[in-house]
Amino acid sequence: MNTIETIKERYQQLQSNNGSSALTPIEQNAFNSFTTLGIPTVKHEEWKYTRISSVFNKEYAFNPENLSSSISQTDLDSIRFPGYEEANELVFINGLYSPQLSVIRSENLTVISLEEATRNEHRELVLQHLGHSSKYIKDGLNALSTAFAAEGVFIHVNKGDIVEHPVYIYNIVDARTANVLSQPRMLIYVAQNAQVIFAETYATFGAAESFINQVTEIVVEKDALLEFYRIQNDAAHANQVNTTHIRQIGKSLVNTVTVSLDGGIVRNNLNIAMEAEYAESHFYGLYFLKGNTHVDNHTVVDNVKPHCESNELYKGVVDDSSTAVFNGKIFVQKDAQKTNAYQSNKNLLLSEDAAVNTKPQLEIFADDVKCSHGCTVGQLDEEAFFYLRSRGVSERTAKSLLIHAFAIDILEHIKPEKVREYVDQLISERLGVEVG
Amino acid sequence: MLSIKNLQARIEEKQILNGINLDIKAGEVHAIMGPNGSGKSTLASVLAGRPEYEVTGGAVEFLGKDILELSPEERAGEGIFLAFQYPVEIPGLTTTNFIKTAVNEVRKYRGLEPYDAVQFLKLMKEKMALMEISQSLLSRSLNEGFSGGEKKRNEIFQMAMLEPKLAILDETDSGLDIDAIRIVANGVNKLRNKDNAVLVVTHYQRLLDYIVPDFVHVLYNGRIVKSGTKELALELEERGYDFIKNEVGQEA
Ligand SMILES: Nc1ncnc2c1ncn2[C@@H]1O[C@H](COP(=O)(O)OP(=O)(O)O)[C@@H](O)[C@H]1O
Ligand SMILES: [Mg+2]
Repeated sequence: MNTIETIKERYQQLQSNNGSSALTPIEQNAFNSFTTLGIPTVKHEEWKYTRISSVFNKEYAFNPENLSSSISQTDLDSIRFPGYEEANELVFINGLYSPQLSVIRSENLTVISLEEATRNEHRELVLQHLGHSSKYIKDGLNALSTAFAAEGVFIHVNKGDIVEHPVYIYNIVDARTANVLSQPRMLIYVAQNAQVIFAETYATFGAAESFINQVTEIVVEKDALLEFYRIQNDAAHANQVNTTHIRQIGKSLVNTVTVSLDGGIVRNNLNIAMEAEYAESHFYGLYFLKGNTHVDNHTVVDNVKPHCESNELYKGVVDDSSTAVFNGKIFVQKDAQKTNAYQSNKNLLLSEDAAVNTKPQLEIFADDVKCSHGCTVGQLDEEAFFYLRSRGVSERTAKSLLIHAFAIDILEHIKPEKVREYVDQLISERLGVEVG
Repeated sequence: MLSIKNLQARIEEKQILNGINLDIKAGEVHAIMGPNGSGKSTLASVLAGRPEYEVTGGAVEFLGKDILELSPEERAGEGIFLAFQYPVEIPGLTTTNFIKTAVNEVRKYRGLEPYDAVQFLKLMKEKMALMEISQSLLSRSLNEGFSGGEKKRNEIFQMAMLEPKLAILDETDSGLDIDAIRIVANGVNKLRNKDNAVLVVTHYQRLLDYIVPDFVHVLYNGRIVKSGTKELALELEERGYDFIKNEVGQEA
């Protein structure tokens, strides 16, 4: 059975088993969209350089509940971030949240199913924000995620609450017996004056193919702080399309860092909708690629209201036969006067077989704004390279030191020390040097 | 120690060194002077192994080895150090991390055990004091945003850390005030002994008051056109380079 059929079958099964809920109309709409839109091909404007349809042409199992049995404690331990003893840990197996394996240490962190959230006081919030990403991401994959929204998770941080422990999110795929399609889905609400830090990663166990179609929607209220760090270091047979959609509906501060180190085809959509005056966001990305990995970062900053500030810096190191795509859009809407929006994408191309495709796009409809963007693709600086070698540093080490130096100003924005050191360690291992 | 015979080199299509002959013995200080564009930095770069330069003829032996066959890092391992005329800024790499890597790679090349953290720190403290350089400067990105004087002091600090046998200083005095020159010269002089040598490339006589040369050579159009003792430097200072140009012109 092809994957589309598998999806349809499971959809119908869930709809008839679970009966109707507040999410049913949303799911049905989304499923219809999915049927119309299908899986994006390279003819889709936003998918020109990322051939995701070929990934979809394989057969996938899409029955996470039956597949999620065999993850052991050892498996889990092998992917935990350092400092987990002090962290909240949310574990998703094949896209489904596992309350058994998860640990909630902070009392003020609520994690419940989206379906449950529609039956309690969060109902209005969920109905208001769930699926908002589809306004920006108009493709079948986004719709496909929403068609199964009831299986997703709602995360809530109450007004004024500071979630003391970071929230670590592990997405585990068990591909030991079959190719697996999984769809982790979250809606996160950070209330007024609340603060929360997330760090997320992915791991595939087994040799079969994994395809993750993840959508994370986040709402950030006035005077709230959100930090979101994502580390992608999965197997070469693990592919993912990942949408992170952040709405700053109050004057708030958002800091995100996306680090992509390994995987098959990885597509990251990051949207920041700045819907309140004086909202501020900083988002950084580092992709350090080898082998045949393909990483595509599509970012959108939508300045809707005046006086917002956004800083975006993505850096790439692209080696072997890997490919990277950067597409950064900045919209400044008519009312968004006094917007400050900066964007930069810098790439180091280390091999003749590697490629980078970078495209910044500014669309400005207001007149009193400061915006800048720029992109570079270059090689290692010969001058610097000779300088290091002339002091006795071998070619290989000199190269590693320069790559590390290039990457460090992204890593510096990972504020939780344990997570930063973890990422730095992964990079140092890749480079084969001890730096620092 | 260093024997340069009829060295010729070019960059891109441009011939710059046109047959340099120079012998430096252990314990000696040589100065190379000459007008801008005469090839001083080229000579220094070729000795250090900068890949952009192509050696088109001649030979260079260092302590009995043909160094033209060696990579820059191997030359450093053999004991050649070049203090750059324009030290490179490397954002994201601290001087401390860099020099630690360099010191241990050079030690490895020389068949020595790497320094552990304690030994390294001790060595660094000692050389920092010598060069009047602060820890905070060394914790910053290499040369990034350093003043001219800080960059040059950092060069000599690195030299002190690496303990070379032949130090080549390319215009290390340029852009320095007199106090900074004293510090730099002091650093160099402290490292001098009967087993190593210094090649000072400079435009001005000034630095040679502090690092006193045994021999002075004048480089012009890619050749050493005149050699002498330290008095030659004084003469050049007094009369300018024109008299050399005239002399050379007359010979031709
Ligand atoms: N990268 C280069 N490409 C072409 N010509 C160069 C390059 N570097 C130096 N030169 C030329 O080589 C000559 C010697 O330069 P240099 O060795 O720097 O002289 P000096 O240090 O004596 O001032 C000059 O004419 C300079 O313009
Ligand atoms: Mg010069």
